[in-house]
Amino acid sequence: MWIYEKKLQYPVKVSTCNPRLAKFLVEQYGGADGELAAALRYLNQRYTIPDKVIGLLTDIGTEEFAHLEMIATMIYKLTKDATPQQMRDAGLDAHYANHDSALFYHNADGVPFTAAYIQAKGDPIADLYEDIAAEEKARATYQWLIDMSDDPDLNDGLRFLREREIIHSLRFREAVEILKQERDQKVFF
Amino acid sequence: MKYVKSYVPYHSPFDPCPPIGKKYYRTPPHLYMTFQPYNLPQFSPQEALKKGTLWPALYDYYENPYDRRS
Ligand SMILES: [Fe+2]
Repeated sequence: MWIYEKKLQYPVKVSTCNPRLAKFLVEQYGGADGELAAALRYLNQRYTIPDKVIGLLTDIGTEEFAHLEMIATMIYKLTKDATPQQMRDAGLDAHYANHDSALFYHNADGVPFTAAYIQAKGDPIADLYEDIAAEEKARATYQWLIDMSDDPDLNDGLRFLREREIIHSLRFREAVEILKQERDQKVFF
Repeated sequence: MKYVKSYVPYHSPFDPCPPIGKKYYRTPPHLYMTFQPYNLPQFSPQEALKKGTLWPALYDYYENPYDRRS
């Protein structure tokens, strides 16, 4: 069960009218390494992982939905007042033809989201290593987005999200260490 | 900057664009930690909420490392 707090995890501000940025941002919405993929991946893996790390997957999976909401807000703000002409000029012509300014789960190229983006191998180490890789890929995506955006307020939000990926990655690395069960053992030479 | 790394990709005389020079990548602080030690110094709660982490040792501010070329 979840309890919903009617606010964003971090305030989203957009200072320039640049719908083109929405086209890039959607990569983190419905892309392979995006927040939707992350949330679904972790929350699904919870059922077949040793008890000690289930809570971690619940926590991080839940937080990914909070990130998804931030990305959605960014995209919404960038496109809500765009005219059809502006959507076209921003390269969002195909999106507009299909969706008007509705959000949709696809990547920056318009490829729709698929469950094939996520894995569940059932092997705890294999699954956690996938999670670590996913966090690093999301971190990299945020870097490339910041590199291309010159909106300081938007970048502020993207920096926060990037920092969270760093923390998530570390937590998954710690989960691997916990499962290795060597941490509190004395080492003799 | 400790966590910013770079290398210079080969540039052929026949490449169409001017060389980008250094190509950057990041190796953020968590890579050097594996398991976070207890009792690390902390930001104030307000600052932590802004930065996205409670611990300065894990904070890695990101800025576009490339020059603008237009
Ligand atoms: Fe994450």
